[in-house]
Amino acid sequence: MTEPLLQMTGIQKAFAGVPALRDASLRIGPGEVHALVGQNGAGKSTLIKILTGVYRRDAGEVRFGGRAVDLRSPRDAQGVGIATIYQELTLVPQRTVTENIVLGYEPRRPWGTIDWKAADARAREVLSRFGIELDLDRPLGSYPTAIQQLVAIGRAASMEARLLIMDEPTSSLDEREVETLFGVIRALKERGTSILYVSHFLDELFAVCDGVTIMRDGRTVGETRIKGTTKLDLIAGMLGRDPDEIRAAGRTQLATDQTHTGPVFLEARGLSSDRRLKRLDLEVRAGEIVGLAGLLGSGRTESARAIFGMDKVTGGSLKIGGREVRLSSPREAIDAGIAFLTEDRKVEGIIPDLSVRENLTLALLPRLSKMGIVDEARERQIVEGFIKAMGIRTADMDQPIRELSGGNQQKVLLARWLALEPKLLILDEPTRGVDVGAKLEIQSIIAKHVEQGCAVLLISSEFEELIEGAHNIVVLQEGRSVRRLNNPGVTEASLIHAIAEPPDHPHMEAAE
Amino acid sequence: MSQPGTLSGRAAPAAPRRSRLDRRFLGLVAALAALILLNVVLTNNFLTLQTIAVNVSQVAPIAIVALGMTLVIATGGIDLSVGAVMAVAGALAPLIFLSGWGQASPALGLVASIALPLLVAAACGLFNGMLVSFLGVQPIIATLILFISGRGIALVLTNGNLQTFSNPGFATLGTGRILGLPVQGWIALALALVVALVVRKTIYGRYLLSIGGNERAAALAGTPVARVKIATYMICSMLAGLAGLIVVAINSASDAARVGNLMELDAIAAAVVGGAALSGGRAPILGTLLGAVFIQLVGYTLIANGVPDEATYIVTAAIIVIAVYLQDSRRRT
Repeated sequence: MTEPLLQMTGIQKAFAGVPALRDASLRIGPGEVHALVGQNGAGKSTLIKILTGVYRRDAGEVRFGGRAVDLRSPRDAQGVGIATIYQELTLVPQRTVTENIVLGYEPRRPWGTIDWKAADARAREVLSRFGIELDLDRPLGSYPTAIQQLVAIGRAASMEARLLIMDEPTSSLDEREVETLFGVIRALKERGTSILYVSHFLDELFAVCDGVTIMRDGRTVGETRIKGTTKLDLIAGMLGRDPDEIRAAGRTQLATDQTHTGPVFLEARGLSSDRRLKRLDLEVRAGEIVGLAGLLGSGRTESARAIFGMDKVTGGSLKIGGREVRLSSPREAIDAGIAFLTEDRKVEGIIPDLSVRENLTLALLPRLSKMGIVDEARERQIVEGFIKAMGIRTADMDQPIRELSGGNQQKVLLARWLALEPKLLILDEPTRGVDVGAKLEIQSIIAKHVEQGCAVLLISSEFEELIEGAHNIVVLQEGRSVRRLNNPGVTEASLIHAIAEPPDHPHMEAAE
Repeated sequence: MSQPGTLSGRAAPAAPRRSRLDRRFLGLVAALAALILLNVVLTNNFLTLQTIAVNVSQVAPIAIVALGMTLVIATGGIDLSVGAVMAVAGALAPLIFLSGWGQASPALGLVASIALPLLVAAACGLFNGMLVSFLGVQPIIATLILFISGRGIALVLTNGNLQTFSNPGFATLGTGRILGLPVQGWIALALALVVALVVRKTIYGRYLLSIGGNERAAALAGTPVARVKIATYMICSMLAGLAGLIVVAINSASDAARVGNLMELDAIAAAVVGGAALSGGRAPILGTLLGAVFIQLVGYTLIANGVPDEATYIVTAAIIVIAVYLQDSRRRT
């Protein structure tokens, strides 16, 4: 066996005395696409940050290209040939596409000014590898997130890195874009670039990776070739359980008893908004999960925004509990019994510097206050209850939420809404970027509330989640609801068909 | 109390959580204590009632304005108009109690000369807050409008004249003593305690910090963002108005061109030294109070020991640089 490009052994790291990594190791060969998997909080991010010079390790050894290295800053890491694409976009949306691609590595003329011609040429070449053509002079922020993500990947790939780290690169890409990305990964691999691939979507690993390292509780617990393993084995390794045990238990998922649906809670007829929602017909009953399916940009999130009073409703009607309403702010929607767990945890969810407690009770505050003063004793009691019931992993409730793992942040945000005992819970990609364990927990919490009569509107890009979870699925195309599929009976094939089929019947058979 | 996560076997850290903020605060207290100690050794007559009273008298208006500034900064904003609002309030008060009506009924005139300027100041805050909340003007620009025009209004009100007066009742605001210390010092202290409690205990305080921490997330959780911001700018302006009254009372004279001049910068400096983050989301009220005292004392130390006036500016600047550096390093790791 040839010498690995990267070899990390016995890595330890603690924050304020709390060990994040106890004994982590990672080995990647030249030209290998290597996956790193583990639940949130297993230490993947910490390990990557040590590799990229963001954190300093407390103990252990890092060898790169056959030499022991000590990377003290991201610049050091880039210097030896390690480039990173972070989960969160780290580009400058106000600047142009070209400026972003060459940022920090601008081609210079002899007298020191930037050679924009060369920069444009390089940018064009980088993008052409992805088969996308963009207006190089347009601000990057004017393009959709998925395009921005591809630009970020292109930028990193263009740095001639020997090791490219991709942290959840597909979380905002649609299927076709994912295929494009895989093409790029294979091309990079052929040129001898190694790739460290971190993703919660296990299917992707089997499509593109050679080897996989499994982490749990700050330790590396397994390393294997991807060919010799199965999805179940990986999940078992991540959870620290026996594969047979999981197989026997089956998946909890969202599936609930369907016979107990109650009266219609929310009814939208021909609803349109000033933000790309053209015609939404929708009905959600108490105790029912209605899925919203569609491609990126089909109007799923826009439907939720219109119902929640975030976007201006420009037409149609919205009835709640049989009464026609106009909701013009989230506050009004909340008062009407609606809760909305948004897709973007970081931008629209957490208040990073505030504590778990303060984040959890933010929407509940009016009910926790008398004469404007917050009843902190009651607040603590409520938060304590949710932390226990939902298995939120936090040192204590006064810990800043930014220090929690993604899955635990998501649980806190879910608790923020559940604390209101909403009648309708809108969930926009509730389990995206969340590890397998937390995902099952979140789904079972939701299922429990549905059984108690909560109505749920579920937006998800994961067909599995929709098919196994939703009682009905409303399919959207280009801002219109075009079809309604009733469960049981929906298959992945029929759902894909409904999503992709050209809308030859412009109106959904809404009459009932 | 803290419990290990129910699902993981991982032990929860035992260290109490608030420690980080407290460390900063303690650092400031320690620096202040060292400065006082230095003065006890170096400066003649430092530990006399006279010296302390002079310092308290000078720092009180800055501290009061800085309290409001800290709240505005906590929303992620900034208020450049505080100095101008001081000038407006300071110009109005003598106009009211020196007017024929004010002379005729002195008691009522005294009350009105305090209440009306504060109301006008509140209106200034309302204006700032509406520009920021409803028109989406950047706070630095929105408050620049009153920064420029406010002092102009004050000058027009007084025809640009220095108003001198003799009104013992009103002057109490700036020259009165309680337990040997200036009345305005007690006012500043009381206000700091009230504001600190408001931030910590009330729903308004919680909203304030969440808006500064992540405005979009706060709005989605039902926080009345516009109302909270407007209230904050109004509180800031009223505190500035009060400081304006105090300054005028100290001098028994109102000079629209001078009252509150450069006060916005002193207030911002005090807030930053006290631990406020310009990006919003934090409102360390007691820190601000100590920050104001610290800056005041540094200036006094230098002047009392024969360092030229001009040099104090440089030292103040250096302190701000250090404070900002300490804040920045907090964000890393």
